[in-house]
Amino acid sequence: MLKIEAIDAYYGDLQALWGISMQVNEGELVALVGPNGAGKTTTLRVITGLLKPASGSIYLDNHHLGKESAHKIVELGISMVPEGGKIFTAMSVLENLELGAFVAEARKVKDQTLKWVFEIFPRLSERKDQRAGTLSGGERQMLAIGRALMSKPKLLLLDEPSFGLAPILVEQMFEMIKEINRQAVTVLLVEQNVRAALELAQRAYVIENGRIVGQGTGDDLISFESVRSAYLG
Amino acid sequence: MLEAYAQNLVYGILVGALYGLTAVGLSLVFGVTKFLNVSHGEFLMFGGYASFWLFNLWKVDPFLSLPAAIVFLLAIGALFYKLLFGRMVKLAEGVKIQNTLLIGFGLSLILQNLALRFWTADTRSITTFYSGAVFAFAGVRFPLVRVASMVIALVVIVALQLFLRRTYTGKALRATVENWEAATLMGIDIQRVYLLSFVMGAALAGVAGALVSVGYTIDPAMGMGWTLKSLVVMVLGGLGSITGTFIGGLVLGITESVTGLALGFTYREVVGLVLFILVLIFRPQGLFGTKEG
Repeated sequence: MLKIEAIDAYYGDLQALWGISMQVNEGELVALVGPNGAGKTTTLRVITGLLKPASGSIYLDNHHLGKESAHKIVELGISMVPEGGKIFTAMSVLENLELGAFVAEARKVKDQTLKWVFEIFPRLSERKDQRAGTLSGGERQMLAIGRALMSKPKLLLLDEPSFGLAPILVEQMFEMIKEINRQAVTVLLVEQNVRAALELAQRAYVIENGRIVGQGTGDDLISFESVRSAYLG
Repeated sequence: MLEAYAQNLVYGILVGALYGLTAVGLSLVFGVTKFLNVSHGEFLMFGGYASFWLFNLWKVDPFLSLPAAIVFLLAIGALFYKLLFGRMVKLAEGVKIQNTLLIGFGLSLILQNLALRFWTADTRSITTFYSGAVFAFAGVRFPLVRVASMVIALVVIVALQLFLRRTYTGKALRATVENWEAATLMGIDIQRVYLLSFVMGAALAGVAGALVSVGYTIDPAMGMGWTLKSLVVMVLGGLGSITGTFIGGLVLGITESVTGLALGFTYREVVGLVLFILVLIFRPQGLFGTKEG
């Protein structure tokens, strides 16, 4: 479904990604793990078109994304939950979700999708008229994910969904992600919480200093010596 | 004496509605694009002249010519967006404010001098058969055209609010105000949102200018004064709130008018700027703004 080949990307003169190649197949839940500053978020920004790569190519179902602008990529079926959620705090929960269905195709089936999102996150339904800024950390993250689902994405990108959540909420969050994936949404998950991510994902890539340094099934990587010593202790 | 104050209070509210309307346009553009368009006052001046010439050349009633002033300013806004402001979109926020300030100052000088060249430095005003109409209530005079102008300003503000709250495009604008990157991730084409907000801001200035030309006077040099007042009102009202900004306009109008009576109208402009400084010192989020969490 998603195929990235030999991506180099820069922030100004600073090279952040070095020849990144990876692939996400339909229906999969793939994790991209690595330490802080390794290039995880940058990889997602390149996929969503927020950052244009200097070289390399990105395909979504054989559609070349390299020249497409970021808003167009959403239309093509990639939706991202940015780190920290970035919900619209001054707007109501419902308005946030409506904005998720901004693209024409998603807008047509907005009411159905809304029902589906409320089934996954009943809490959002209870709070739909509340200003999003009044939500708790966990609820904000639910809203951010719900909002991303409203565009009916083929591929959902999640940037550190566990960030800033209490341990008990992290576990619930991962359960919900699993459930979303079970409902035929392909997921690419970026996490610093390596063990949990590897347990959840079918496959994973390890990124370090802007390069992919390992890949395999989640179980493989958990037993993989360098990953063990670096992240799992 | 009390009557004189009541009278000035009314005048203050009437002119304040126009301050509010003008400032809402400036604030809308700033909120969405982070462009500080200091030629906003010149856009207002153009709206005034559009209305003035339509009346003088073809006897079009100034209230009926409002849609024409709107269309004219939408076009002017689009022109200068494509020509100048649109090129600043990709810059970082701080640089964007500085560069648009410079562009705005330059454009303001050019537009002022064009107006001077074509329309002379004469102070103009539209005088219709009903211009002198006044109704009195409890000893206080209400000039008809200014009251009508205030009503129109209110209608425009309410319509703008409904647009921003109820329509998808309006919500896209508000989302972009909060976080343009998150808005992009919703599939919103923020380039279009920027253009839209800019031309809407210009159109709001156009309406205000047309209303000024009928209740007050216009001249080629009026723009800077209106821009300055709009900036004061924007800070008074607090960024990001249309209603707050409009009320900020009323507050400035009333303060100018009432203290003008007490201290002499020579100090009219000073009062607004003192208010501006006081707000910046004691309530930087504005009278009605909130600190976002």
